[in-house]
Amino acid sequence: MGDYYEPWTYEYEHLLTAPAGEHTPVARPTSLLTGKDTKITWSANWDDSLAGGNELAAADPILAKVSGAVKLEYEKAFMFFLPRICEHCLNPSCAASCPSGAIYKRAEDGIVLVDQDRCRGWRMCVTGCPYKKIYFNHRTGKAEKCTFCFPRVEIGLPTVCSETCVGRLRYIGLLLYDADAVAQAAATRSETDLYAAQRSVFLDPHDPRVVAAARRTGIPEDWIEGAQRSPVWDLIMRYEVALPLHPEYRTMPMVWYIPPLSPVVDALRDTGHDGEDMGNLFGAVDALRIPVEYLAELFSAGDPAPVTAVLQRLAAMRAYQRRVNLGEERDESIAEAVGMTGQQMDAMYRLLAIAKYDERYVIPAAHAEIAHGLEELATECSLDYEGGPGMGGSGPFGEVSGRPVPLAVENFQVLAERQRSDNLPDPTTRGRVNLLNWDGRGRPEGLFPERKDKS
Amino acid sequence: MNILLWAILPYATVLTFVLGTVWRYRYDKFGWTTRSSQLYESAVLRWGSPMFHFGVLLVLLGHIGGLAVPKSWTQAAGISEHAYHLTAVFLGTVAGVFTVVGLGILIARRRLVGPVFTATTRNDKAMYVVLAGTLLLGLFATVRANALGDGYDYRETVSPWLRSVFYLQPKTELMTGVPIGFKLHVLAALALFAFWPFTRLVHAFSAPVGYLTRPYVVYRSRDTRPGARRTGRGWDGPPTASNRGRR
Ligand code: SF4
Repeated sequence: MGDYYEPWTYEYEHLLTAPAGEHTPVARPTSLLTGKDTKITWSANWDDSLAGGNELAAADPILAKVSGAVKLEYEKAFMFFLPRICEHCLNPSCAASCPSGAIYKRAEDGIVLVDQDRCRGWRMCVTGCPYKKIYFNHRTGKAEKCTFCFPRVEIGLPTVCSETCVGRLRYIGLLLYDADAVAQAAATRSETDLYAAQRSVFLDPHDPRVVAAARRTGIPEDWIEGAQRSPVWDLIMRYEVALPLHPEYRTMPMVWYIPPLSPVVDALRDTGHDGEDMGNLFGAVDALRIPVEYLAELFSAGDPAPVTAVLQRLAAMRAYQRRVNLGEERDESIAEAVGMTGQQMDAMYRLLAIAKYDERYVIPAAHAEIAHGLEELATECSLDYEGGPGMGGSGPFGEVSGRPVPLAVENFQVLAERQRSDNLPDPTTRGRVNLLNWDGRGRPEGLFPERKDKS
Repeated sequence: MNILLWAILPYATVLTFVLGTVWRYRYDKFGWTTRSSQLYESAVLRWGSPMFHFGVLLVLLGHIGGLAVPKSWTQAAGISEHAYHLTAVFLGTVAGVFTVVGLGILIARRRLVGPVFTATTRNDKAMYVVLAGTLLLGLFATVRANALGDGYDYRETVSPWLRSVFYLQPKTELMTGVPIGFKLHVLAALALFAFWPFTRLVHAFSAPVGYLTRPYVVYRSRDTRPGARRTGRGWDGPPTASNRGRR
């Protein structure tokens, strides 16, 4: 517990109940664990704004790896935040380490979730996740983690963290991938090859063969289209500017990062150079204030090549767009130098700088009807034939619209309560429907007055 | 009185145990956990917990051996009463000491370590009383019988009685002559089993057997009809100063 911090609250009640006196009453901090007075010495994100500050930086495992020269550089560095959420890995080690099988990856959208009913509090996932993204709720005795805001994602909304990000730096989109190839890719021998291996798992949604295969497996049209418009696909595969966080953990993380181009332009200008000239920029990439080696340890298992490539692309985009901005001629050679075309430069610039809400988040809503058809064939109600009691009328427990809920021990009470509640539409109260009992699907009889002419 | 204690009570216990477990499994899966306190304190736990758990597993094995296997079987296998008694006492003492010391460490830790104590519910405390009581009574009965004389051969009385309960023909008369220590131990054990499904002890049934056969990564499909089931018990919100420790 000491490694984390002791949760605390303040004695707010004292503020209200303290008798009138000479001094202003204060709310003292109380530990939520022991209930005793406490002194706040440590907490989550304690030193974050100082990039870990003196206390944390000393323990940074990456700094231990990079050379002393880099270390010196790093100490001069400005801060940069690395916001982290659960990676919703393709090969989640949290799930693999769960003895109860309570952590699962959803087949439809890949979200990794903890089944709170199955979790038995083994706590293996807490140590199993290399990103430290599973939390043990010591009140309930169960593991908890980021849910990727699945209720929002299911209806096509971005996660709250993305939606509220002031810097508009989070992008969400679909990626089609070959689930059968994941294990093999994760087993790639060389750590520095893992970045390429993970990219090889993703399937090109523009490839007609992939589209055909997706259709065959029952992936709906709007999902395929969503995958084609996916900003994430563009950032990872087309422009190759996003990199996975710590690919060497082999969990195939799925939250990718665009490494920061630290304030290189200003730095160059201060030394009397043209900060936006491409040649100068390229040279400067190697001398960035956040050392490339450091970024490489974060994003490519220590191989500086991918990171340099990304930074050069970003720098090139800058140089290219400056000419556009100043009304000069577009310089294709800048784009070519980093293996892109001018058109791609423009598109990438658009996506990174001015993309609007619906371009940054391309999230088709989940389809309840396929999930039902695919997974729960057995629960399809046998009374659900034309004219039968399953046809929108009354199930065994009265007023039901849409598909009747199959009866089971677990929902017996709910259905029974529904039937016994007030205001059931019986013949004498035709035309009255208890909307509280209505589940929102279909049209229960009596919701609208009967038609006069029955045509 | 005999019938009540040695025929009705055991069946009531079995019934509560089985039905209680089924009920808990159906309606309170969310509460099915050890509610581990390792997060608060692990140095003492690292010693106490394995001691108690391995000890108690040995004790369980010993009980199965002593209660379920009829005396005639071991004798047919050529093990004399004396030899049996010696091994039983020896193994039993080792296991018993481990268990009791382990439990002692755990209970002391529970009381003395602040955060662990505040995380202890009333249910836990009652459970500890019954559990520790059963263990101590058992130990006490055995030690007394062995100290006073040659030990008591429960395999003539208690064991056949317990088996007869499971044959559905309880022979209550077998229990009449049993020393009071053993009687109390049996009664405490019955209470423990009746209480079992309603405490954190249910975690004993959570062996990760499926882990051996399942794929590493579990894929699962979206729940199709949220709301069709009544939502079960869930987290009751973040703790505040006033509701802390209230359960
Ligand atoms: S980041 Fe951790 S918790 Fe999230 S899916 Fe990967 S292994 Fe599991």
